[in-house]
Amino acid sequence: MTDFLSFLTVHIDMVYVLILSIFVGVEVIGKVPSVLHTPLMSGANAIHGVIIIGAIIVMLNAGVENTVALILGFVAVILGTLNVVGGFVVTDRMLEMFKKKKN
Amino acid sequence: MQHNILELFYLIGSLTFIIGLKMLSHPETARRGNLLAAAGMGLAILGTLLFYKSDVPMLIYGLIFGAMIIGTVSGWIAAKKVQMTAMPQMVSLFNGMGGACAMLIGLIEFHHFLEADDNIGLLTVLASMVIGSVSFAGSIIAWAKLNGNMKREIRLPKYNIINTAVMIAIFVVLALVIGGWVNEVPAIYALFAISLLYGILLVIPIGGADMPVVISLLNSFTGMAAAFAGFLYNNHVMLTGGILVGSAGTILTVVMCKGMNRSLTNVIFGAFGGGGATAGAGGGTGDKSVKDISISDTAVLLNYSKKVVIVPGYGLAVAQAQHVIHELETILEDRGVEVKYAIHPVAGRMPGHMNVLLAESNVDYEKLIEMETINPEFPTTDVVLVVGANDVVNPAAKTDPGSPIYGMPILDVESAHNIIVNKRSMSAGYAGIDNELFYNPKTSMLFGSAKQVLTELVTELKNMG
Repeated sequence: MTDFLSFLTVHIDMVYVLILSIFVGVEVIGKVPSVLHTPLMSGANAIHGVIIIGAIIVMLNAGVENTVALILGFVAVILGTLNVVGGFVVTDRMLEMFKKKKN
Repeated sequence: MQHNILELFYLIGSLTFIIGLKMLSHPETARRGNLLAAAGMGLAILGTLLFYKSDVPMLIYGLIFGAMIIGTVSGWIAAKKVQMTAMPQMVSLFNGMGGACAMLIGLIEFHHFLEADDNIGLLTVLASMVIGSVSFAGSIIAWAKLNGNMKREIRLPKYNIINTAVMIAIFVVLALVIGGWVNEVPAIYALFAISLLYGILLVIPIGGADMPVVISLLNSFTGMAAAFAGFLYNNHVMLTGGILVGSAGTILTVVMCKGMNRSLTNVIFGAFGGGGATAGAGGGTGDKSVKDISISDTAVLLNYSKKVVIVPGYGLAVAQAQHVIHELETILEDRGVEVKYAIHPVAGRMPGHMNVLLAESNVDYEKLIEMETINPEFPTTDVVLVVGANDVVNPAAKTDPGSPIYGMPILDVESAHNIIVNKRSMSAGYAGIDNELFYNPKTSMLFGSAKQVLTELVTELKNMG
C-alpha cells in the first residue's frame, strides 16, 4: 500500500495526464460522421506508433556490449517505424481520395 | 537545457495528436489533421534522438537509423501499394507491428525492474508487454483472416471457457510474479507465451462482419500498451498518444458495435453463429419464388426512371466494379436520372470503408448518402439497385426477432417502387442468413458477377442512347 501511494505521489502528474487524456480521447471522437470512421481508425493506429520512442530509448540506453537488447531494440525500432510511417501514409491515401472528388 | 527542449518537443507532439485527431473527425480538415499528427510524431522522434541522451556510441545511432530507414521504406511501399479493398488487413498489420514493438520493449526492460526490485515498475512493464503481445498475435490472425490466408472461423469446443481460463491465467501468473512467489524470469517468459496464445484464441473464433470491431479493439489495445510504456519512461508524449488512441479506439469500437446493433461482449463471446438456424426457419417457405430480370429489361427500367438509388456492398468492391458503377451513374445522370448511393454504416469491411472505395473511383462525395438521410427517400425512388450487399437490406432485421441481425438498422429499400438485386447466386450473405427481400414481389434478381453485369448494363444503356 505504501508502495502504491509513494508511486502515485511520484507520478502524480502522469496520473493526471492519463485521466484527462482518456476524456479528451472520448470527446474528440464523439461526433465523427461514419464516413470518416475508417480513416480515423487508421489515423489513430498511426498515432499509437508513438511506442517507437520507447524502442529508441531502449536502444539509446543499451550499452554496445548488450547484444540481446540491441538486436531486440533494432527489431522494435523497425516495427515501430512501420507502424508510424505505414499508418500515416495509408491514412493520407484514403483522405486524398475524399478531397479529389470534392472539386 | 537539452532535457527542457525535449520536453517542449514532447508537449508539441502531444498537442498535435489531440488537434490532429480532432481534425480527423471533420471531412474538410481530416487530411491536414493527419499530416499535423504525423509532423508532431516526427518532431517527438527527432527530439528523442537528439536530446534524450548524450554521448551515445555512434554504432547505436547507426543501428537506430538503419532500423528507421528499413521501417520507413517498407512501411511507405506497403502503404502506397495496398489495394483499397485490402485496407482493413493493412491497418491490422500495422497495428500488429505497434503491438510487437511494445512486446519487445517489455521483454528487454523487465530485467531492470527485477534487479531494482521495483514492483510497480515491473507491473507497468509487464502490462505493456502482455497487452502488446495480445495485440500483436491478435492482429496477425486478423490480418491472415481478412487476407484469406486463414479459414474464417475456428471454434474450439467450449472456446469461451478456454479463452476466459487463459485470460485468468494471465492475471494469476502476473500476480505470482509481482508477489515474488515464483522464479520470476521463467514465469515472465511463460506470461509472454500465454499472452500470445490469448491473442490468437481471442481472434480465431470471430468471423465475418465482426472483424472490424476486433481490429478497432486491438487498435485501442496497442494504444494502451504504448501508454503503459509511457508511464514506464515517464514520457508524456507516449502517454498522451497511447491513451488518446486507447480511449478513442474504444469509442470507435462501441460505435461500430452499435451500427450492427450488437454489444461488445456479444462480439467477443460470439453469439452470431448460434441464432442462424432459427432465422432460416423464421421466413415462410411456401411462396419462395424469385423473379429474374434480364440485362436489357434492367437497362430500360433504369433509363426511364426519375430516381435511382444504388446500394453498394462489399461484393461490389471485391468484384472491382466500383469504376463501372460510377460509369453507370454518369450515363444515367446524363439522361436526367437522379442517382444516389445509399451507404449503410457497416457497408464494406469497416465503417466508412465503402466511402473510401467509392471515393477511389471518383464518385462524388455529395452522392454518398448516409442511412438516416436516405431512408425517407426510398418511397419516392423508382429503382433501387442492390449490388453486392445483402445483410444491410435484409428485412429480417426488423421483422424476425429470431434472426441474429434482428434490431440492426437497415436500409428500407422495400419501400421503393422496384428493387433490382444483383447477386452471383442465391447463397446467403456474410452473416449466413436468408434474405426475405429476394422473395418480395417488387424484387427482381439480376444474377451474375457484379463487374460483368454492370459492364453489360453500361453497354446496353449506351446502345439505347
